[in-house]
Amino acid sequence: MKSIGKYFILLGSLFKNRESFKTYFKLTINECVLIGVNSIIIVVIVSTFMGAVTAVQTAYNLVSPLIPNNVIGLIVRDMTVLELAPTIMAIVFAGKVGSNIAGELGTMRITEQIDALEVMGINGASYLILPKILASVFMYPLLVIMAAFLSITGGYLAGIMTNIITEQEYIYGIRLDFNEYTVTFALIKSVVFAFLVSSISAYKGFFTRGGALEVGLASTSAVTNSVIAILLADYLLAQLLL
Amino acid sequence: MIEIKNIRKSFKGTEVIKGISGEFQQGKVNMIIGASGTGKSVLLKCIVGLVTPDEGNVIYRGRDFFNSEKDVQREIRQEIGMLFQGGALFDSMTVEKNVMFPLDVLTKMPSDEKLDRVNFCLKRVGLENVNTKMPSEISGGMKKRVGIARAIVNNSKFLFCDEPNSGLDPQTSILIDELIKEITYEYDITTVVVSHDMNSVVESGDYILFMYQGNKLWEGTKDDILQNDVPELQDFIFANHILRRLKEKA
Ligand SMILES: Nc1ncnc2c1ncn2[C@@H]1O[C@H](COP(=O)(O)OP(=O)(O)OP(=O)(O)O)[C@@H](O)[C@H]1O
Ligand SMILES: [Mg+2]
Repeated sequence: MKSIGKYFILLGSLFKNRESFKTYFKLTINECVLIGVNSIIIVVIVSTFMGAVTAVQTAYNLVSPLIPNNVIGLIVRDMTVLELAPTIMAIVFAGKVGSNIAGELGTMRITEQIDALEVMGINGASYLILPKILASVFMYPLLVIMAAFLSITGGYLAGIMTNIITEQEYIYGIRLDFNEYTVTFALIKSVVFAFLVSSISAYKGFFTRGGALEVGLASTSAVTNSVIAILLADYLLAQLLL
Repeated sequence: MIEIKNIRKSFKGTEVIKGISGEFQQGKVNMIIGASGTGKSVLLKCIVGLVTPDEGNVIYRGRDFFNSEKDVQREIRQEIGMLFQGGALFDSMTVEKNVMFPLDVLTKMPSDEKLDRVNFCLKRVGLENVNTKMPSEISGGMKKRVGIARAIVNNSKFLFCDEPNSGLDPQTSILIDELIKEITYEYDITTVVVSHDMNSVVESGDYILFMYQGNKLWEGTKDDILQNDVPELQDFIFANHILRRLKEKA
């Protein structure tokens, strides 16, 4: 309970005693590069395979000749947009970006770099954390959109190459009964997840005490706490918005 | 001049600083000494405002830091430079960017002027041709030098150093001590150094405040520290075998 309170106090302090807009803009752009661009490779690999596996396993489960093959395309699409792209990618994002944020801030804390900022009168929390949260919230939805495309492409490639579905069937399937709201929902989820991962990880890193060992622990607990928060939020959002 | 009055600070019910007062003069090297864990770093952090004391005042040339408006605090902060125990250089920036950082955030100086000032300060601490190196690529002694350059780059009036020679070999330690002393006299800075190195204490201590378990037990200068009559301070000073033998001979 106490740490939840401390977490909200930290979030509040992000907006106190800020630097100029220009400073934040520059810092945020830098973080966008670090957070977004450096995550592309892992997102490409995970999402392509995710789609491929979904296609193959759906085909394996569809034994009845009464169900048309194009259902495979439909299932890949819905699974990807609703759950796989935003949520599974968020877990990958927590592992990559969350641990990175906690490690970086934890190291800055124990080597007194945060104190060095604060002696100059800079609000360390705001200066270091706000750009990371902004960059995550901005970049992660883009990563999710990319992941969704790649996952559907992955399903297509796997389906065609293993001859479980024809090109026409797949394309017909992914266009069948398409509900645009699922995309909106996926984007809402991505913004929420990106915020949770970046702020929780920043919180864990920012309040690290001790030495290198504690920085490692902070990284680990940033990832586990982010993952729990993602799954809870996933459930709540589904209840609220679907 | 910095005046501290009756500073107290507790962490989770344990009192770490138990009411310390003192005066740090301008143009002098003022030292806070004491054994490990007596609260020297906490006291220093209270003085620079990184930690808010539970009680007491810190007065910078007549301005009471903790009872001032935000803009006065900011003004005082601009006049403070601090050298941290490990240097605390920003890992993600080159040496040049590190030293320039206070100018970037605290002033509106044009970039060529900033670069001149950075190069001047790096040269002053004896470093040249390291501008583009990253902190991970330079030695511990060089990091301290860069830390000093960063601390004085904005013409600081107050310089704080937390164990400037911890982790350095004796020769490098002396060089860093000399550098701090020179800079203090040259620019008429109020310098406060936390140390437990007796060498630097007897070399540089224009004013010495001895702490023991959160209390001030003694204050004075390097000239009278060896003639003190505080048993805890004698134990602290003569922990060193060579000094003890010298004392016994005398
Ligand atoms: N943020 C904190 N929370 C709780 N306790 C703290 C905190 N900072 C310092 N302490 C405690 O205060 C005491 C004094 O610590 P301090 O770091 O000031 O010692 P020091 O005199 O600087 O020692 P050293 O010479 O080893 O650096 C220690 O017992 C330490 O555990
Ligand atoms: Mg200390």
